[in-house]
Amino acid sequence: MSNRRIIIEPGAESRNYWRDIWDYRGLFYFLAWRDILVRYKQTAIGVLWSVIRPVLTIFVMWFIGWLFNSSVPDGVPRILLVCAATLPWQFFSSSFSETSNSLVANSNLLTKVYFPRLIVPASTVIVCLLDFLISFVILIILMIYYQYMPDFRMLLLPVFLLLALITSMGTGIYIASLNVRYRDFKYVIPFIVQFGLYISPIAFSSSAIYNSVRIPLFLKYIYALNPMVGVIDGFRWCIFGGHTPIYMPGFLVSIAISLLFLIIGVWYFRKTEKTFADII
Amino acid sequence: MGDTIITVENLSKSYILKHQNKERYSTLRDDIADKAKSLFASRSSGINKLSRETFWALTDISFSVNQGDRLGIIGRNGAGKSTILKILSRIVEPTKGRITIEGCVASLLEVGTGFHPELTGRENIFLNGSILGMSKAEIRRKFDEIVSFSEVEKFLDTPVKRYSSGMYVRLAFAVAAHLEPDILIVDEVLAVGDAEFQKKCLGKMKEVSGEGRTVIFVSHNMEAVQKLCSKGIFLDKGRQIQNGSIETVVKKYLDVFAGGNSTFEIPLLPGHEQKPGYAFQINFEDISGNPISEIPMGQHWQVRVKFKLNTDVKDFVIALGVSTLLDMPICTTWTPPKDTVKGNYEVVFKSDDILFTEGRYKLIVGLSAEKIPFQYVEEAGFITISDVNSLFNNEQIVNTRSGLFINQMQTSIIRLNS
Repeated sequence: MSNRRIIIEPGAESRNYWRDIWDYRGLFYFLAWRDILVRYKQTAIGVLWSVIRPVLTIFVMWFIGWLFNSSVPDGVPRILLVCAATLPWQFFSSSFSETSNSLVANSNLLTKVYFPRLIVPASTVIVCLLDFLISFVILIILMIYYQYMPDFRMLLLPVFLLLALITSMGTGIYIASLNVRYRDFKYVIPFIVQFGLYISPIAFSSSAIYNSVRIPLFLKYIYALNPMVGVIDGFRWCIFGGHTPIYMPGFLVSIAISLLFLIIGVWYFRKTEKTFADII
Repeated sequence: MGDTIITVENLSKSYILKHQNKERYSTLRDDIADKAKSLFASRSSGINKLSRETFWALTDISFSVNQGDRLGIIGRNGAGKSTILKILSRIVEPTKGRITIEGCVASLLEVGTGFHPELTGRENIFLNGSILGMSKAEIRRKFDEIVSFSEVEKFLDTPVKRYSSGMYVRLAFAVAAHLEPDILIVDEVLAVGDAEFQKKCLGKMKEVSGEGRTVIFVSHNMEAVQKLCSKGIFLDKGRQIQNGSIETVVKKYLDVFAGGNSTFEIPLLPGHEQKPGYAFQINFEDISGNPISEIPMGQHWQVRVKFKLNTDVKDFVIALGVSTLLDMPICTTWTPPKDTVKGNYEVVFKSDDILFTEGRYKLIVGLSAEKIPFQYVEEAGFITISDVNSLFNNEQIVNTRSGLFINQMQTSIIRLNS
């Protein structure tokens, strides 16, 4: 440990960037642990909040879908369809907005201690992941109530959870590093989240868009650019199997966009992280 | 022992100061507007350059530290001490130069970095420890030691937001004191806590360096620096003035800042024109207003402070503090709060009662509006009381070095019949 040599120079790239992060995994663990502990301190109903919020959202989105009579695949209760989309959406929206604010929220750490900066947004995601796992109970209860039995595809659900994580991390760290310099993004984040709730297939299913004759083709392409379309379609495919087939071209576009965001996010983060302490 | 562990070569750090924007972070709109402006104004370049200024926080610093050294970095406010520490701790990047460090570094730039008010003392020990670079096993191993050092056993399961500030600081320092890095970087953390705890901290830091660890320490407190450090660096306005043994460095520091002067210019920090006002000069005078550099012991003296108010200030108060060179506060005088209109002023603080013993004393100046300070200058100036024998009533004084004041108490000796 003591024979490690550190060279500090302007513009010096750490050769062991990723190994450095691995070495600091203890801090990652503690920051995540802190966020989890603090999450529901001094609240009356505590962890119930991670169930109540999605339940209310599910109800509202179910109502909107019912009101506009959006199409539902045969054999799938509407509320279950909405639930399977709301849970990943909630995970995305909370981890996206929390990672975006994470650097500014931890500015006291950034200006006083050295550690690989990527740990801050990464540890923030863990709380959201935990919230997601708790809220997953809602889906299980609904499936029991409607006596709905998923098939083997359900085992692929973690893959799509990972895709949701990649999407929120990629966009989140990009916005987080922009937020350090331009606090404008503080106002952009809630807007993106609110807007996304309506353009993602939550109250309706993707097939309603792709099969519609009233929607022009280019709008369908634009719709597919939303990376959460891929995530939600994937979730529904895992849970409802054959009832909600995936539209492959749209799905691949969504995945490509998710990965692109991750690459841009990491690249921009690494480019700017050395100046965080100076300008935050 | 003796191996070079840190080498600093030609280190410089600059910041861009934007004079129009008060905030350090900009908005996207500003940046776009700036870019647009520079597109059109690239030929007539004057306008843009006025608003930006490069400020060199450090220029061309070179030094090396050997293993086991205790290095003290001294200088006045704004000399660049904290900037050096931040660069050494890898928090900010230098603009020029190169540093080579052999070994792992732990830095304490603040007491209780990352403490979360909602978490209990126990939880914060783990959190803070890991932020400072300890592993979970290491913290577990030292947990009892940390708790007993901090003296807060009873409140371990209370959220730290309910702690007194003293308990908070003790707990925070206790964690930091149990770090085992090769190099420990400490910034002014001793400025907090009560005197007894400060002593304990100094002792602990000495112990740390006794184990062959290297300590880099920044402080205003000359006494602490002299007690702890073996080597020193003296910085002024980002430049290295002296480098060597702590005695020569402290001596140089006192020569520069405590020379036989009667007039002291107060260094102005960037942005002083945006403040409600600022003091800029101090004069040391005898009681009839003649500037002097030294006053004979036993004579009265006065201090004249010149200041400027940029705006009308409500409940304006200016205060003058006197302390010994070793930072022991002696007294502070406040003017009564008064609404004051903008303009240039001077204020006279007259000492016509208490007589200090011979020696040098530091002056501290503070300005505030409605009890909120907007300028505070440590070491704003110095006064010198010389031991020239001009005492008015020296029959009673036996030894002039036996206390801070030479004022005598009333005495009467009564013979008791037995």
